[in-house]
Amino acid sequence: MIPACRLVDLPRGEAHRLDIDPPVSVFHTDDGEVFAIDDTCTHQDASLADGWLEGCEVECPLHASKFNLKTGSVDAPPAKLPVRTHQVVIEDGMIYVQLSTDAPNLPPCIAARLAGGPA
Amino acid sequence: MVGASLAGLSAARSLRQQGFDGRLVVIGDEVHRPYDRPPLSKEFLAGTLGEAELALESDDEDLRAEWLLGSRAVGLDRTDRAVRLADGREVRADGVVIATGAAARSLPGSEGLAGVHTLRTLDDARALRDELARGGRLVVIGGGFIGAEVASTAYALGLDVTVVEVAPTPLAGPLGAAMGAIVSALHADHGVRLLCGVGVKGLSGETRVDAVLLEDGRTVPADIVVVGVGARPCVEWLEGSGVVLDNGVKCGADGRTSLAGVVAVGDCANWYDPRAGLHRRVEHWTGARERPANAVATLLAGGAVEPAVPRPPYFWSDQYGVKIQFAGHAAAADSVTIEAGAADTRDVLAVYRRAGDPVAVLGMNQPRPFMRWRKQLAAATS
Repeated sequence: MIPACRLVDLPRGEAHRLDIDPPVSVFHTDDGEVFAIDDTCTHQDASLADGWLEGCEVECPLHASKFNLKTGSVDAPPAKLPVRTHQVVIEDGMIYVQLSTDAPNLPPCIAARLAGGPA
Repeated sequence: MVGASLAGLSAARSLRQQGFDGRLVVIGDEVHRPYDRPPLSKEFLAGTLGEAELALESDDEDLRAEWLLGSRAVGLDRTDRAVRLADGREVRADGVVIATGAAARSLPGSEGLAGVHTLRTLDDARALRDELARGGRLVVIGGGFIGAEVASTAYALGLDVTVVEVAPTPLAGPLGAAMGAIVSALHADHGVRLLCGVGVKGLSGETRVDAVLLEDGRTVPADIVVVGVGARPCVEWLEGSGVVLDNGVKCGADGRTSLAGVVAVGDCANWYDPRAGLHRRVEHWTGARERPANAVATLLAGGAVEPAVPRPPYFWSDQYGVKIQFAGHAAAADSVTIEAGAADTRDVLAVYRRAGDPVAVLGMNQPRPFMRWRKQLAAATS
């Protein structure tokens, strides 16, 4: 498990980005729930931590794709592939993320870079 | 559903999401299933994104709709809400969503001249992509967003590019003159010539264009010309139908038209903006995606619902590797200030205000603060 941040340091409505590869973001919803998903939009290179958090959804800051934080599913285009979701554990006021072992759905430009090809 | 692009598809999705389980017919004049247009001037034109990736529907999506594609609507009969098609067929409906979009304006006198393009549809983009791949000298007529994006893409492909803009400053309409100047300076940064304040007199060439003739007497040699001078709403088919037209379909604040059971969405729809007290035809991707939900709610409730307030208009553009984002209405502003970044480094975050209150925000490579301002704008206007 990866320690993310303390719960008191992540106000409701805010997101915290973990600079791992690929990056993961932790969201604290207005209802007080905490979720972790891949930070990179599956459509193009954009950080979902910079997105519009509303209810249990985050909207990509660039092209307005919407992802369900609980399931990772796409609720609005142009993205078509879901983001990975990760398990969140809160212990003694600390948020931990258990990374998914599924393959990430990264946008074509990032996937090419990770594969060692041209960005 | 008359129109099978983003606005029509979004309306079809909203109908199903809001519980409509009746017969759904989607009429589209293009032969293609709904596809995403923003990449047509960017990644698709550059050849880095294929046609399959433009599809807006997901593979497992089933809207239980009948698709009449390659069928142009030519009339609407108000008595039984029958949509007449060019091939003589007729589709009667209890409710009609008008989503016929807009068409690229062309340059009078350029018809039939090879090498002259507009860019609106997938077929347009295919033709232009094939020509750009051969290289040469490109002249873009119009320094708006489509023109600027085509110039940026063509520059990256190695073409020699000139942009001609009739106004003194490109993008002054959507961004205001000060910010329009900063954003359009991206052209010169990359060696793309920008000629402002000069109109186009005509094109020269026998069967294929060879130059653009300017009103000040200059001649700009060209192998390819792209005409990016805006779009006109596709509403001719509604003339005489009883649907009131005024810069597109004149609509209420929720997309309702002058006819019961008929709503309009997307680029062809001139919605009333109650906060501004005027009608606005918002030609943005996000409007075509978000507003159909409001219009469909109105349609299903027979107009008996309080219209939801649309978010401030938002659009983006990618030019020369810079992500440009804009939300709100620049025309309403009496001041604009750069709050972060700088004009020289092409990374401004600029806030537009009217009497001290923010009415719009522009970002160049500033996604995080841009989003904060965009949310603040929405909160202030909802």
